[in-house]
Amino acid sequence: MKVLLTGISGAMGRHVALGLLERGHTVIGIDRRPWPDAPKGVEVCRADTRKRPAENVFRQQRPDAVIHMATVTHWGARREERYRINLGGTRAVFDHCHKYGVKQAIFVGRHTVYGAAPDAPLYHTEEDPPMAVSTFPDLADLVAADLYAGSALWRFPEISTAVLRLVYTLGPSATGTLMHFLRGPNVPTVMGFDPLYQFMHEQDAARAIVTAVEHRLRGVYNVAGPQPMPLSLLCKVTGRRAVPIPDLLYRTATGHFGLVRLPAGAINHVKYPIVVKAEAFAKATGFTPEFDEVQSMESFRWAGN
Amino acid sequence: MDLPIDPKIAERIDLLEHDWNHYGIDAFGISKEHLGNFYSLLGLLYRYYFRVTVHGIEHVPDRGRAMVVGNHSGGLPVDGGMVLTSLLLDHDPPRLAHGMVEKFAQQWPFVSTWFSRVGQFTGLPEHAVALLEDDRVLMVFPEGARGTGKLYRNRYELVGFGTGFMRLALQTGSPIVPFAFVGGEEALPTKFHFKSIAKRMGLPYIPVPAYLVPFPMPIACDIYYGKPLVFEGTGAEADRVIEGYVDRVKARIVELIDEGRVARRRRLDRLLPMDTTEDDTPGEAIP
Repeated sequence: MKVLLTGISGAMGRHVALGLLERGHTVIGIDRRPWPDAPKGVEVCRADTRKRPAENVFRQQRPDAVIHMATVTHWGARREERYRINLGGTRAVFDHCHKYGVKQAIFVGRHTVYGAAPDAPLYHTEEDPPMAVSTFPDLADLVAADLYAGSALWRFPEISTAVLRLVYTLGPSATGTLMHFLRGPNVPTVMGFDPLYQFMHEQDAARAIVTAVEHRLRGVYNVAGPQPMPLSLLCKVTGRRAVPIPDLLYRTATGHFGLVRLPAGAINHVKYPIVVKAEAFAKATGFTPEFDEVQSMESFRWAGN
Repeated sequence: MDLPIDPKIAERIDLLEHDWNHYGIDAFGISKEHLGNFYSLLGLLYRYYFRVTVHGIEHVPDRGRAMVVGNHSGGLPVDGGMVLTSLLLDHDPPRLAHGMVEKFAQQWPFVSTWFSRVGQFTGLPEHAVALLEDDRVLMVFPEGARGTGKLYRNRYELVGFGTGFMRLALQTGSPIVPFAFVGGEEALPTKFHFKSIAKRMGLPYIPVPAYLVPFPMPIACDIYYGKPLVFEGTGAEADRVIEGYVDRVKARIVELIDEGRVARRRRLDRLLPMDTTEDDTPGEAIP
């Protein structure tokens, strides 16, 4: 199978590319960033997904499947830029999939779309509405991208579209939302709150994406690994120091004293849990994680991060 | 945190058939250590403060899903704590029950953490279904906060029962074990409520007894469990049908309350042999 990856040069993109190669697939990629030491045979087109060179890749290469991973979070880009990349880019990718006869399209999304709130349930199912729009406004573009990708299911019924809502990832790469938050050595937590955090090893996440392609998955699926852990314990096991800050001072304190800067609304994600149920994905693909929660946390810790 | 854990309580917690991970945390984020602290404190209240006597606890199934459903009373939800404790300490094998907590609890620092780590979750249907489908025991007070918000003069009168619990029981095929909690009304006899302060704090009410301190007195309490009631259905029945089932549960709870209050009066009559026929409650806790 010829698989096109957008965002191939990111840590997750690379893991997925290697996973696909290992399984005997042909891999091509689009990314604005370079991948200088890409394995032999992996062609990376350095372009923006919304620009003509990216469309040329679709036209000339005619991939069987596309994995769309070129999305950014508040850590990586400013708001206007995020809307351009996350929504404009997703639109371009699905339009090209439709135009150039791609059979399978996978949107790699995030479990944070469900949002964290005091009255939100543990173990969200795929039917739950994406409340992050109100609980964490800086996620609105990602929520919109997630729902927009899902609309391909009825707009382009000939494409098998799968929207994957992956939990946070941990691993040696030290990139991604959670690992950025845990950059350390001090992690700002909210005094008196200790939410569950759900994460999986980055290699498991990559394996899940590869499995989804091979199963021609269609629909919206949560993807999770081992059981969630309280944030305090996550900090402890990854060798960080949790610094509890009273609720009212949290916004002022973050971004100073060596603490990571967080956008407004992020505090809800540090006070309340987002935990998803991933049974449907496991049932559809037979996926089981290889790394448990302890291995995932320690792989991040001992990679020198 | 190094809070004391009663070794006997730790033993009971070890007997729970849970999948704990390496750090003693289960899939719902319940922590063995926090359970130890929580039940050590509740155990003291249970044994020495409220001196709870439990009757018919064998009616709670040894394993598998179940809903224990009873009356709420006494200003503060100490009855909930005592029911949880009875199921862990006096039921063999011990069972960890989950309460369905008012939403404000999750917004409060520390309370949020503690309730999450000891399995007392926000009262959402999603939580109830997830816990029952995991074959756990759910503790339900269908009166909700209205139940604990009763005044002493309305003691033991069941206020409006919700019907949600019945639909969940039918949907998940869970037996309902009715129970009566007797003594809670006398332990904290609410004279009136602070409503405006409560509203500002996000609380449903603040109970004020005649002795002014909203803390229960050390009155001996009883819990009466009845035989499990099993209803057949899917949870999608018409309101009329559901209300009929709810009324049966309610009637059974009323019977258990009456049984408990009669036994209580006999006990007090033996202690204080005086004529109490005029008064429908013994003169135990009316300050």
